[in-house]
Amino acid sequence: MRGYIPGYELVTPVSLDDALGLLATDGWKPFAGGTDLMVLLEAGKLTHLKYVNIWPLDELRGIEVTPDSITLGALTSYSQVQANEVLVDEFPMLCQAASETGGLAIQNRGTLGGNIVNASPAADSPPALLAYDAEIELSSTTGSRWLPYYGFHTGYKQMLLQPGELLTKIRLPRNKTGWIHYFRKVGTRKAQAISKVCFSALAHVPDDRVADVRLVFGSVAPVVIRCVNVENSLRHNVLSATTIDTARQLLQKEISPIDDIRSTAPYRLQVALNLLTDFLFRLGPQVNTD
Amino acid sequence: MSRLLDVLREELKLTGTKEGCGEGECGACTVLIDGQIVNSCLVPVAQVEGATITTIEGIAHEKDLHAVQQAFIEHGGAQCGICTPGMILAAINLLERNPNPSEIEIRTGLAGNLCRCTGYMKIFESIVKACQSNR
Amino acid sequence: MPEHPFGKSIPRKEGRKKVTGEALYVDDLSFEGMLHGVTVRSPIARGKIKNIFFEGNLPWDEFTIVTAKDIPGGNFVALILNDQPYLASETVNHPEEPVLLLAHENRYLLEEARRNVRFELEELRPIYSLEDALAQKEIIWGDDNVFKKFLVDKGNVDEAWTNAHLILEGEYRTGAQEQLYIENNGAIAIANSKDGVTVWGSMQCPYYVHKALVKLFALPEEKIRVIQTETGGGFGGKEEYPSLIAGHAALLAWKSGKPVKMIYDRAEDMVATTKRHPSRTRHKTAVSEDGKLLAMEIEFIIDGGAYCTLSPVVLSRGTIHAAGPYYCPNVRIKSQAVATNVPPHGAFRGFGAPQSIFALERHFDKIAKKLGLTPEEFRRRNFIHQGETTATNQEIRERVDMEGLLNKALELTDYHAKTRRFATERAGNVRRGIGFASFMHGAGFTGSGEVYLQSVVGAEATADGHIQLLAASTEIGQGTNTIFSQIASEALAIDFDLIEIMQPDTSKVPNSGPTVASRTAMVVGKLVESAVLGLKQTLVGSGLLADNYSSSDFQKACREYIARFGSLKTSATYQPPPNVHWDDEKYQGDAYGAYAWAVYVAQVAFDEITYEAHVEDFVALQEVGRVINPVLAAGQIEGGVAQAIGFTLFENVVWQDGRMINNQMTNYIIPTPADIPPIRVYFQENPYAYGPGGAKGIGELPMDGAAPAILNALENATGFSFNEVPLLPEKLMEGTLAQS
Repeated sequence: MRGYIPGYELVTPVSLDDALGLLATDGWKPFAGGTDLMVLLEAGKLTHLKYVNIWPLDELRGIEVTPDSITLGALTSYSQVQANEVLVDEFPMLCQAASETGGLAIQNRGTLGGNIVNASPAADSPPALLAYDAEIELSSTTGSRWLPYYGFHTGYKQMLLQPGELLTKIRLPRNKTGWIHYFRKVGTRKAQAISKVCFSALAHVPDDRVADVRLVFGSVAPVVIRCVNVENSLRHNVLSATTIDTARQLLQKEISPIDDIRSTAPYRLQVALNLLTDFLFRLGPQVNTD
Repeated sequence: MSRLLDVLREELKLTGTKEGCGEGECGACTVLIDGQIVNSCLVPVAQVEGATITTIEGIAHEKDLHAVQQAFIEHGGAQCGICTPGMILAAINLLERNPNPSEIEIRTGLAGNLCRCTGYMKIFESIVKACQSNR
Repeated sequence: MPEHPFGKSIPRKEGRKKVTGEALYVDDLSFEGMLHGVTVRSPIARGKIKNIFFEGNLPWDEFTIVTAKDIPGGNFVALILNDQPYLASETVNHPEEPVLLLAHENRYLLEEARRNVRFELEELRPIYSLEDALAQKEIIWGDDNVFKKFLVDKGNVDEAWTNAHLILEGEYRTGAQEQLYIENNGAIAIANSKDGVTVWGSMQCPYYVHKALVKLFALPEEKIRVIQTETGGGFGGKEEYPSLIAGHAALLAWKSGKPVKMIYDRAEDMVATTKRHPSRTRHKTAVSEDGKLLAMEIEFIIDGGAYCTLSPVVLSRGTIHAAGPYYCPNVRIKSQAVATNVPPHGAFRGFGAPQSIFALERHFDKIAKKLGLTPEEFRRRNFIHQGETTATNQEIRERVDMEGLLNKALELTDYHAKTRRFATERAGNVRRGIGFASFMHGAGFTGSGEVYLQSVVGAEATADGHIQLLAASTEIGQGTNTIFSQIASEALAIDFDLIEIMQPDTSKVPNSGPTVASRTAMVVGKLVESAVLGLKQTLVGSGLLADNYSSSDFQKACREYIARFGSLKTSATYQPPPNVHWDDEKYQGDAYGAYAWAVYVAQVAFDEITYEAHVEDFVALQEVGRVINPVLAAGQIEGGVAQAIGFTLFENVVWQDGRMINNQMTNYIIPTPADIPPIRVYFQENPYAYGPGGAKGIGELPMDGAAPAILNALENATGFSFNEVPLLPEKLMEGTLAQS
C-alpha cells in the first residue's frame, strides 16, 4: 500500500447542492464508488488530494422509465444496471458490459458515472452507451445541461466537462427495438479483466439494406471510438462481400490500436477486424458474394 | 481516506479479513456492506457511515459453523486458508441471492475471488454440498 | 473419529480456524512498540553505488536505517553458494536488489520515506537473456556466467545417428512464472545481542531461515529462533526467499531495539521475489523405422537471475526429468544454469521438471507426426518398463504400467472419438483439439540428498495422553497437519483427535528437512510413523500397554508412564532405502527413491475470432503409490493443474530493463473461477515399500503435464506447432495467420 493516506481529504456533503458548491471551489473532485480512485491511491499514483464524497447522495441514484427513454442516476452501479428489467430487455449490451466489469464485488460499487468520467479508452460500458445514443446531464452551481455522450471524450483522458461540473444523469432513448445487438469484450481472462478490444454494435436491417448502424470500439484508440466512417459506408447499402471489405478497409484507418502492457497493436487490429466481420455476417443472409 | 480493510484489521482487531493485492483483484478482503459483497481494500471508511458490515467473524454462531464453513472443512474448500474468509462470504452471499445455483452461477458469483491453492474444484463442490445440507 | 483414518478423507485438522478467520497469519500478529519496516531497492539492473541521499522534508532522525555496514555477521544469504548479499554494499546486480532498510512506527510515513531515498549510481552494462549469458556478452557472475553445469551420458549417442531412420530436432522455451500465493511474504522479528533473534514468518522451511540467520548475526544456533506462522500458500516461493525478508526484519529489530514487522505489498512481492526459471531446451532425437528411440541429445538451459540461490538444484531436477518415462539406450543431456541481471529466480512447484518435460512431450508429438504414428502409439513403443534403465541408468525396480495409464486416460476422455470428430468439426468459429502428455515425477531429494538432510522427527506424549508430533515440516495448505495425524493415528490405532501437531518452531522441533521436493508425505511421513511406533514400543516394553488396546487405554498408558518416568519422547532419523546408489560425479544411478507416473489429457477450444484458447476438459490420471487422504490428494492435483494451466495460457511476466513491469494482479493474469475447466482427477495405487502406507510424493507432479498436453491439443486444433509457453492469444494469432 503506497498511498500516503494522511495527505488526502474526503468531505461528505449533505446534499447534491452542497456537493456542487464544493466542486465549484478550487481543487475538489468527486469521489464515487472508489473502484478506480482507490486502486490509484494504493499504487501511490493518485496525485489529486481533495475529494467530495458523493456516494451518499441518493439524488444521483434511481432509474426512471418513460415511454421514450430510460434515465439512470450517475451513481447507478453495475449491479443495479443488471437488475433493471427494461435495461435487460431493451439494452442488453449495457447489461452484458456491466456483467463483465470486474466481478460482483466491483459491480456492487462501481458506477456508470464514475466509469464515464474516469475516461479510460478501455472502459466496458461506454461502448454500449455510445452505441445506444446515450445523452448525459452535467450539473453545476449554475444549472444543468444535457449533451450527447457522443463526442464527450475529446482525447486521451480529456472530456467536455467544465470545471465545477458533475455528471448527474445518463439517458438512453428507447428506440432500438428490432435492432440487432452485438457486444463482445475481449479481455485477458473471463472475469476481472481490462479489455484488450471491446466492440459494441447495433444494426437496423429491416429489409436487404442496412438502414442504420452503430459501431463502437474500446481499447483501440485514445478514446472509446464510434467508427462513423465505417458506419457511413454501410448505411443505406446492401450487405455484400464488397461492402464488408470496404468496411474492413475503413476500419483499419479509423482506429489506432497500440502496443501496451496487455496486448499488441497487430492483435487488437486483427481482432477488431474479425469482430466487425463477424457482426456483419450475422446481419442476415443478405450477404451476396460478388 | 483510510481503507475499511485497515480499520477492520488494525483498529477493530478483526484480522479475519485479509489483504491479498490492495487493488480489488483478488477478493481476499471481501466483506458484506448492507448485504452486498465489496472489496474492503477499495472502500474509504468514511463511506460506510451508518452501514452494517459483516466480516468472517460474524458468520459462525459461537460453536456452530455456517453450512458453508462446515462444507469447506469437509470437502476441501480451504487449503492454505488465506482466500477462505473472502471466498466464504462470497459463497454465502451467492446462496442468499440464489439458494440453488448452477455451476455457471457459482463460477460467476465467485469470479472476483481468486484462489491459488485449490484450482476451485473443491470450492465449487463445497458450495454444492452446503446447498444440499441446507435443504 | 475413525481409528483407521489412512486412505480416508478426514477433514483438515486446522480447518475450523481457517474457515472462521481465527487462523493467524504473520500480518495478523502485533507486538507492543512494534515498528514497520521496508526495503529500499536498486532502481537499476547493474551498477556501482556511489552515494545515497535522504531527501524530502522528512524527520529522518526518527527512522531506523540499516545498511550493509550494520550487519553483525556475514553479508550473505546462506544457501548453496552464499553469493547473494542481504544488502548490496558497493554493487547492485539486479533491479529491486535490496540496498537499505528503514523502520518507523508510522506505516504511511515509512512509504513516504522509501519514496524519498535517492541513489547515485554508475551504471554498468546488464544482460537480460540466457542467450546473452551463454554468449558472454558481459561477464556478470564468476568467470563465465555459469552457476552450474551437468552432463548425463548414457550409452553412446554419437554412434547412434548413423543408424537412424529419422532424426528430428526442436527447440522449446518456457517463461518466468510468479508463484502468486495470495498471502504476500512477511516477517516479524525481535532481536538483540543479549537474547538473540526470534522471527515469526510466512515460510516453508524454518531451518533454512535459521541457518541463514545464524550466519547473518554470527550467533550460536541456540540464539536464533524461527517460528512458522500460518502460511497462505508457498508453492516454492517461500522455500528460500523467507531467509531474506526474515534477515531484513531482524536487522531492523537489532538496530532499533524494537519488534519490527515487514510485510510486502503485492507490487513489491511480484517485482522483487523469486519466480520460476525461464528455460530453453533443444532436442535432437534419433528413431528407428519402427518408431523406437535410438538416441536423445538434449541441451537444457535455465536462467537463474543475478545470484545462484537454488539454481543448481532446479537444474538437477530438470536435467534428470528431461528424458521422461521412456527407455532409450543412448542419452546425452547437457545442462547449464546461467546468470542474468534480473532478480534471482527460485523454487516453484516442479522445480525444473515442468520446463524440461514440456519440451520432451511437445517434441515427442512431433516425432510421432513425422513418423506417421499416432502420438499414443509412439509413446507405447517407448515407455519404460520394470527392469529397464532411465537416462541416469537407474533401473526401475517397481512395476510400472505407463501403457495402462495411457489407455485409461484416453478412455476417460473419449480421446479417439474426439480426435476423429474434432478433425473435421467446426462449431461456429471454434476449432477443438485434444492432446495428452505422459510423464513421471521423482519424489524426495535427488540422489543422496535425503541422506545429507538427515531428517529427524520427534513424537512426545503429553500429560493428558495426547501425542504431539514434532517436525519442521510446515502446513502451507497442502495438508501436512492432517496427513501426519492420519499416519500417526493409523500406526498407533488411536483416535485421530488425540494427535496434535506442534507449531514449527526451531526451538521446539527437530529438523525434518524443508517442505519441498514432494517429500513431506513420503519421506517425513515415514519418519512420523517410525517415531510414534517408537512411543508404542516404549509403552509395550514398560508393561503399560497390552496387545489389544483401545484409544483410551493408550491415553492412560501415556499418562501412567509420564507420571512414573517424567516424560515420554522418541525420535526417528532418516534411513535410506536399501540399494539406492547415486554417483554425484557422473550423475548416474538411482536419482529418486520413487516416481509417481501420470498421463494428463487436455481438450481445448480455439476461438478463431479472438485467437483465445480455453481448456474445456482436463483429465489427470496418476499412479501415486497410495492415497493417504482422497480429498486432500485430489485438491493437490486440481490446484497444481490450475497453476499449470495458468503457466500455459495466462501467466506472462512482462520484462523491461530486467524488471517485471506487470507486477499487479490486474496485469499478471491467473485464472479466476470463470476460467478453469472441470479438472477430473483419478488415482491408481501401487504401494511404495518405503513410503508411509505405501505413499509416494505428489505435490509437484501436477505441474508437469498440462503445458505439453494443452499445446499438443492446440496443434491438433489449429494445425500450427507452438513451442513456447506462455502461449497467449497474440502468439496464437501470429502462428495461425502465418499458416494461411
